[in-house]
Amino acid sequence: MEELKCKLLVIGSGPGGYVCAIRAGQLGVDTIIVEAKAHGGTCLNVGCIPSKALIHAAEKFSHAIHFTSDNPLGISVQKPQIDLQKTVAWKDGIVARLNGGVGILLKRAGVRAIIGHARFRDGKSVFVKTDMGEQLIHAEKIVIATGSVPFEIPSLPFGGDVISSTGALALTAVPKQLIVVGGGYIGLEIGTAMAKLGANVTVVEFAARILPQYDTDLTKPVADRLAALGVTVMLNAKAEGLNAAKDALRVTLEGGEKTELPFDKVLVAVGRKARTQDCGLDELALKMNGTFIQIDNRCQTSMRDVFAIGDVTGEPMLAHRAIAQGEMTAEIVAGGPQAWDKQCIPAVCFTDPEIVTAGLGPDEARALGHDIVTPGFTPEEELVLNREIVIGKFPFTANGRAMTMESESGFIRVVARASDHVILGIQATGGGISELAATFALAIEMGARLEDIAGTIHAHPTQSEGLQEAALKALGHAIHI
Amino acid sequence: MGLYTIKLPDVGEGIAEAELGVWKVAIGDVVKEDDILTEMMTDKAAVEIPSSVSGRVVWLGCDAGDILSIGADLIRLEVEGVGNTGAEAASANVEPASKPDAKVATPELAQAAAASTPQPGLQLGDGKGLHEIKVPDVGEGIAEAELTGWSVAVGAEVQEDDIIAEVMTEKAAVEIPSDISGTVLYLGGAVGDTLAIGSTLMLLEVDGTGNTTVEVALQKMGSSVTSPAAAPAKSATAPVSKARPTAAAPRAESKSAAPASPYRRAEGEKPLTTPSVRKRAREMGVDLRLVSGSGPAGRITHEDLTHFHQSGGQSATGIAKRPRLTAETEEKVIGLRRKIAERMALSKSRIPHITIVEEIDVTDLEDLRSQLNKARAESRGKLTMLPFVIRAIVDAVAAQPNLNAHFEDDHSVLRKFQAVHVGIATQTPGGLIVPVVRHCEALSLWDSAAELGRLATAAKAGKAKAEDLSGSTITITSLGPLGALATTPIINYPEVAIVGINKMEVRPHWDGSGFVPRKKMNISCSFDHRVIDGWDAAVFVQKLKSLFEAPALLMLED
Repeated sequence: MEELKCKLLVIGSGPGGYVCAIRAGQLGVDTIIVEAKAHGGTCLNVGCIPSKALIHAAEKFSHAIHFTSDNPLGISVQKPQIDLQKTVAWKDGIVARLNGGVGILLKRAGVRAIIGHARFRDGKSVFVKTDMGEQLIHAEKIVIATGSVPFEIPSLPFGGDVISSTGALALTAVPKQLIVVGGGYIGLEIGTAMAKLGANVTVVEFAARILPQYDTDLTKPVADRLAALGVTVMLNAKAEGLNAAKDALRVTLEGGEKTELPFDKVLVAVGRKARTQDCGLDELALKMNGTFIQIDNRCQTSMRDVFAIGDVTGEPMLAHRAIAQGEMTAEIVAGGPQAWDKQCIPAVCFTDPEIVTAGLGPDEARALGHDIVTPGFTPEEELVLNREIVIGKFPFTANGRAMTMESESGFIRVVARASDHVILGIQATGGGISELAATFALAIEMGARLEDIAGTIHAHPTQSEGLQEAALKALGHAIHI
Repeated sequence: MGLYTIKLPDVGEGIAEAELGVWKVAIGDVVKEDDILTEMMTDKAAVEIPSSVSGRVVWLGCDAGDILSIGADLIRLEVEGVGNTGAEAASANVEPASKPDAKVATPELAQAAAASTPQPGLQLGDGKGLHEIKVPDVGEGIAEAELTGWSVAVGAEVQEDDIIAEVMTEKAAVEIPSDISGTVLYLGGAVGDTLAIGSTLMLLEVDGTGNTTVEVALQKMGSSVTSPAAAPAKSATAPVSKARPTAAAPRAESKSAAPASPYRRAEGEKPLTTPSVRKRAREMGVDLRLVSGSGPAGRITHEDLTHFHQSGGQSATGIAKRPRLTAETEEKVIGLRRKIAERMALSKSRIPHITIVEEIDVTDLEDLRSQLNKARAESRGKLTMLPFVIRAIVDAVAAQPNLNAHFEDDHSVLRKFQAVHVGIATQTPGGLIVPVVRHCEALSLWDSAAELGRLATAAKAGKAKAEDLSGSTITITSLGPLGALATTPIINYPEVAIVGINKMEVRPHWDGSGFVPRKKMNISCSFDHRVIDGWDAAVFVQKLKSLFEAPALLMLED
């Protein structure tokens, strides 16, 4: 058995792992990255990228369908068809291109990449099962970036027509009846796309509303759009399992009534869990945080020189969080003083319309509110310490660009501290709003105040003007509303 | 045309004021943007101050060598456009060098005075005359000038050459001095008025005849003034002299002070700043929670961080903190120090120490010692405590030879000695050394005292010979008056015992019926527990105690 030595071993080549490895390589750290399947992890192979490809195709197709009937643009289209097999091949092409790209970037950074399944021997060495046999790698420092896998409902195991998001993204034909178990963003993104592609979609959600992590202001346009697309949303409904014939889903409705929903496919998207099972983590006995690996603000686990980044460390399970952790960890491994000091992790939900959140929402900000006021200060100081908030909201119905794109639903909302106008959070929903996520995050990361946003020229005509208007609204002098 | 004021800039060294160097420009000069105006001396350097605008110099804020606050008005320029300073604001602190009594008069006062005396009260005292000061020709064919400030009010006493007013022409601000001493009776206009050159600027009551008469003056002022002496001058001036100084002084103050008020962050609130500042702070090792921000909403800027770092943790807003000291120095452990380190480590790592602390009543010993010193100090030298300790050890180890030994642990040999060579742990400038008083068993108290003296002198001078520093069989360690209540002495390897002497002090002693003051001293003795059992150690310590407490026993042979 061949033995390899390196300074840094990264396990998992998802967005966190490969960024960590590349950055470490740039910093001159002797680095090996081990990946069981393909570079890019969930995000690139079965997550963000392929789902966005599917959503894009579905959107285009739905436009085409839209044009078959009378429409204000005066475009007419005859009977559009979609060859989903071709769509999937196109999507796979993108994924393959990005896979290869990651490989090249790793190589350019001087990182040795090994395809194989890693299993810990101890905190300093890892067995890797490759096609060529087993290899032992000794490393001074190890980064665990094994990511996450879809959560499986015990009574509804994956297999056959019960599919995970991974399976849904590989469908080569549009199912007639699609049941989506889980009204979170993964289920809704894929469910919406499938509905646009012609599937009859039913969403079964255990909670009282869809996208429960967002406030109802933000989710209402999505709910409206789902209704317009003919998607049935069953709230307070529990998926119990398949019937005996395995052609219908047993569901307990609100109030205890039971029903069976026939299906062609059931997509179970009820969350994701850390991938910690099959990599010998027991050997390390790391301190866990629930099912996730516990880390500190430098991504250190409870074992010295063993780091963990990305989904395996818990919520929020977002690629860009993993990327930031990966970069930081590489710099720490190279001896840097870094520690996690990000002000916000923006989140994007590619539903229709899209939802973006950065920083604190009104409820969260309020929750941090009044009780923070410390008595005993002078009135001036109390004013500064007071966390009363102001909110400015600008609807896209008043935005010219939104009108020209037939995309008037949604709004941009700014939450700021009343005393000094420091922006605490920005939320928005609307078509294409995901591209403003960076602006929102930048404002918060730079510690912008309402006046900073209001005083920045926002190019006309763009949806981004909505941000400036929302800031002006919070300041009490919006122009266009 | 507007007025533009350049203030003394903050050069970022945390200084509040600076000394001005030589002016590179004079009033009336035309300067371009970036031209050097002057230089300021800070604690650290001479910093050149460039002009931020182009214009003509109309006013200089001070003379070379003056100390000026950061943010104070440095120079005023007449510029194209509106500038940044109103004429009134400018006149407020137009003459920093003027005398205090003149300062009291402010533009507002002057205005008020002018308003309250539409008709000049030109009543002259006996032997007094009226003196007219005209708006002077300030040159270059200018026909009129704007009155931009009064330095005096009606009723004020003016000395010759005192500045009485400032007028502004198209080209320059000009201060007008009084050409005579006297009392102000009349001001020729309010601030902001435009006065013709040659018109009456001020009328003064002066000694002698003056240069004009009431009639002429009134005539000159025109028909609007018809009734002379309607209001007596003195009463007209009464409110003026009582009026509180306003506007000018406070305004100037707030300009020069302008401290950034420290921004309070709520408990647990993250410092507001940018990612680049955060990164730099990490690299500097600065905890941003300790840095106060000068930016909007208390945002920490790069300058704040730099300042905090350079001032060793002093916050930019001047809240005094005990500075964090971050310097480190590396010192190579060499020579004697390394030797000590090795010996200590060797002893501590090999020898399982057992330490016994015992309290000893040394009252009698001290009495004896002082008697001996009284009787024999001149002939035989002074005795310290140490010769007695040495003698006690000699007596004690005579009964317990195991304690006067070397444990050669490599060979499992306990080498016992008849000779008692007592090492004396001694502090020297170079570090701890252990000179040896050899054959103590053969020395009288005075002999060992003499030997101790010789060794101490040699050791402290660094002249101890090798044989003076080796071969001890048992060691005494003492910190003298610093000796603490108890210590845990480290055995001088490969010896098996060490006697530590602690501080002697008067402590209350229960004698069976009451407390009596007694001189007490602890001894802390460590033993090599591999070869010395606790029992033997205790016996040894009790032997020492009995000898110290019955010092006659120590003197048996002497």
